[in-house]
Amino acid sequence: MKNIIQNINKAFDHRIRLGIMSILMVNESADFNTLKELLGATDGNLASHAKALESEEYIAVEKQFIGKKPNTSYKATKLGKKAFQDHIEALEKLIKKN
Amino acid sequence: MENEKYLNDLSEIKNLMNRSSRFLSLSGLSGILAGTYALIGAWLAYKTIYFDTSTMGAYKNLVISEEAVIRLLVIATSVALLSLLTGILLSIQKAKKNNETIWNSTARRLVINFLIPLATGGFFILFLIEKEMLGLIAPLTLIFYGLACLNASKYTIGGVRYLGLTFIVLGLLCTWFLGYGLLFWAIGFGVCHILYGSIMYFKYERN
Repeated sequence: MKNIIQNINKAFDHRIRLGIMSILMVNESADFNTLKELLGATDGNLASHAKALESEEYIAVEKQFIGKKPNTSYKATKLGKKAFQDHIEALEKLIKKN
Repeated sequence: MENEKYLNDLSEIKNLMNRSSRFLSLSGLSGILAGTYALIGAWLAYKTIYFDTSTMGAYKNLVISEEAVIRLLVIATSVALLSLLTGILLSIQKAKKNNETIWNSTARRLVINFLIPLATGGFFILFLIEKEMLGLIAPLTLIFYGLACLNASKYTIGGVRYLGLTFIVLGLLCTWFLGYGLLFWAIGFGVCHILYGSIMYFKYERN
């Protein structure tokens, strides 16, 4: 039981962060606006949660210009994918146990 | 209590993985309508080609006047355009109902991956027409459309995969039974579209 709890990752303990990771697991990359629309989040909200995941090195940020518009896109890192996979497995185990 | 939160998390994860990678606003109803247009088109084409029903299947002896060819082209183009328009309109409607934008990255991916095999087939068939090799057109349209559906199915609702496989089988059969092109077209673009459209409609949309 203790082991399972260890794998429940605090970094994913929020709807927006969980959402960002879910999307980046199945898409090579996603830009800020796509994430915003899929998650129904505000700019500030999404930015701060993305920042949190970035500082854990679970996602990588790439900023570039498309024409004159700045475009921020996000990718899940190897570390992030592994951590998220463990998190999902832990969730599943917990549900089976209870 | 905790358990419920974990279950919620998991279903949220699944939902987002689906919504972010697949175009889910494809409308089953548009498949039904496209199939209906195709059947009407096939009937009109039949009337144009076979004045005398005894020539059914005897494509080698079939002589089609230039006027008839133009009529056939008009019928085929109208059916294709009408189907496309219906598909787009109904998908926009479905997207609105689900509070999603229609032209997002999943839609782009779907359209691009659908068009690559389809355009390949389109050019291939145009070149065949140019070289006056007309016999294989019917099976080739079925096969390439099937491949296009199969390729696109990775980016949308699952049923499209089986629609694609059905078209490929029909295309191969149509190559074997050469001369029954119109019949296979009616089965594929007509009956199969209606069938798969209905399955999708009753499975995903009926509420």
